[in-house]
Order: sequence, then C-alpha cells, then structure tokens
Amino acid sequence: MPDTQVAARLLTQNEATIIAEWLRLQEVGSGLGSGRISSAELRVQCDRFLTLLRRGLADGGEAVQDAAFTELRDMLRDLSRSRAIQGFTPTETATFVFALKEVLFGLLQQDAATAWVLSRLLDGLGLYTFESYQRAREEVIVRQQREIAELSTPVVKLWDGVLALPLIGTLDSERTQVVMENLLQNIVDLNAEIAIIDITGVPTVDTLVAQHLLKTIAAARLMGADCIISGIRPQIAQTMVHLGVDLNVVTKASLADAFALALRRVGQSVTRPALATRTGA
Amino acid sequence: MNRIPILRLGKALLVTIQVDMHDELALALEEDLTQKIWATGARGVLIDISALEVVDSFIGRMLHAIASVSRVLDAETVVVGMRPAVAITLVELGLELPGIRTALDVERGMALLSRRDDEGAEGDIERR
Repeated sequence: MPDTQVAARLLTQNEATIIAEWLRLQEVGSGLGSGRISSAELRVQCDRFLTLLRRGLADGGEAVQDAAFTELRDMLRDLSRSRAIQGFTPTETATFVFALKEVLFGLLQQDAATAWVLSRLLDGLGLYTFESYQRAREEVIVRQQREIAELSTPVVKLWDGVLALPLIGTLDSERTQVVMENLLQNIVDLNAEIAIIDITGVPTVDTLVAQHLLKTIAAARLMGADCIISGIRPQIAQTMVHLGVDLNVVTKASLADAFALALRRVGQSVTRPALATRTGA
Repeated sequence: MNRIPILRLGKALLVTIQVDMHDELALALEEDLTQKIWATGARGVLIDISALEVVDSFIGRMLHAIASVSRVLDAETVVVGMRPAVAITLVELGLELPGIRTALDVERGMALLSRRDDEGAEGDIERR
C-alpha cells in the first residue's frame, strides 16, 4: 500500500484524537486566548482541513501543488487571508498547520516512510499559509497606499486665481503623477494663475523629489500658471544646497509669505481697515 | 492642403489650432507665420492650442522654432490654453519650452502682450 494511503487511513482511524490534541496544541502555541477567533470556529476549520487533507491523500496527492490538494489550498488561502486581516502574526497563522505535524508524529513513531511523506506535505502546507498570509498583507498595504495617495493631495483654492497644494508625506514617482494631474486639472477648472506648492509636510527632499517638483512646475508653467514653493524647512534647504539641487523657482519661507506674493501678483492687497487703526490708537 | 488661418488682432497675430497637427501643417504654419510677422510688423503672436489633444516632440520643436523666429523679428510668442495632458507629455519629453511665454486663455495672453508692449513703449521714450 502506498504511503499516502497509509497516511489517509491513519487520519481516518484517529480523527477524534487528532482533532482534540491538535486544538490543545494550538491553544497553547498561538494567540487564541485574545478572542480574535472562537474555539468553535477553530474547530470547524480543523475539521475541514483534516477532511480535505484526508481526501487529498486518498486521491494519491503527495506534494502541495498536486491537483488532489486544490480544495485544501483554496481553504488554506482563505484561512490565511482572514488571519492576516484579523491581525494574527505569521507564526500564529503557520502554527495552524505545524501543530498538526506534532500530533501526527506522535502517532507515527514507528512508520518512518509515512512520517516522511506527511512531514514534507505539512511543511509545504505551512509554507503555503505563509505565502498566502504575506500576499493578503501586501494587498492591504497596497490598498492603504492608494487611499493615502488619494487623501493626501488636496488642492485648495485660496483666492480667485490662487491655488494651494499642501504636500504631506514622501513624494515618489507614482504620487507625483497623481499630484501633478490633480494640480493641473484644478488650474484649468478654477482658472488659476498662481499655484502655491507647500512642502512643509514633506520629510525629505532629495534630487529625485526635486526633479518631480520641477516637472510639476514646468507643466504648470506650460499651461500658463506660475508656481511658488513654500515651507522649505532649514534642514531641507541645507540638504538641497549640498546635493546641488537648484529649484530655480520662486521660493518663500512660509505659506503666508507665498500667499502675500500671490495676491500682489494677481493685483490684490490685504490692508487693515482704517477703523481698526483708529480704535487701536 | 489645409492651412491654419492667422488672424490679426491689433499689434498681435492670433493662431487658433483647431485640427490635429500633422508635420506638414506645422511646417506650413511656421512659414506662414514668419511671413505674416514680417509683413504686418506684429509685436506678438498668440498660439491657442486649447483644442489640441495630442502633441509629439515634433510639434513641441515647432512651437519652439516659431518662438525663436518670432523673437528675431521682435515679436513675442505666447502659447495659451494648453491642456494638462499635453503639458505633462511635453515635460516628460523634456520639452519645457524655455523662452516661450504661456497663459491660461486668450484673454490673459492678450493682457500679457499688451503689458509687454506698454513696458516696451516706455523703454523707447526713456531712451530718446
């Protein structure tokens, strides 16, 4: 009889013992006490896993990639994804599979050949959970990145013909693209002559970021709008000079200064009403 | 072959590009415009490209050439109404059109030219 059939029979014969022992080990080994998953739910997952594993083995599956284990892989992928979203660590997630190994080895002490088959299979499944977990986490990260990119590039109208673009966070190529398109579209929509790019919230300006900024400014200029850069912090100013970055545009220390300049350029001025001066005196 | 009409507006020439520019048309425009500047003694050239959706490096270079030729003939070129997508394309192509003035629309472009004209006139008086 092939080793896989022996393993399948072993699982059938000792099902109740395996599940009980497996659950016990998981409760010790992983963070199930924190209430992120109920023990009833875990039991359902264990039952399902064992059934699918047994079926796969009975169908002659040996390696994780085998067609016999398709259902098992799908089940593990969903499980890993939900664990990733629930906030389990990768270790806790993989423990689900590795705990089973310990149980089965206890039952299999004499039969080295079957133990080897099961060991290799369970290792593969453990790694598979890990991969799925990783992928699910990466999806979450990508989604969040996109949300941040969308949220963090507001274009604000300060005055007729004056826009402000407060930049927050690191500028990479992808974000600059969003920022640029956003700004240029707003210049057209609001018919703005001047755009103030405030970089108070940009942690570092290296040559790449400077280049991105310059591209945005050049594009705005081509459309007939002027840009003013404001909010360059002292350290950033030093870094830029040391890197040899020359922005070659109008820069102002604060958004207020930039706004004052913008108002002058569009022919407006801010004055204190005469009444206030009189009462003040 | 179609030609792009060049309208005279006071001391300026107005060119509105409303069709897709192909290379021959662009070359013809450059030629016509040069002739017209010389014939009318125009001080400014307004090129309205708000209807232009696609530009390539050739059109970019053509704009640059028109600006350079105009400057030699003492006319300033203002490109008006460039669309965001066009602006991004030109910047990505490395054609930032230095030496060309830009404005959001024809009205502001005219204002820019007349401002420059006023300054120029004052300069003349001072020199005398």
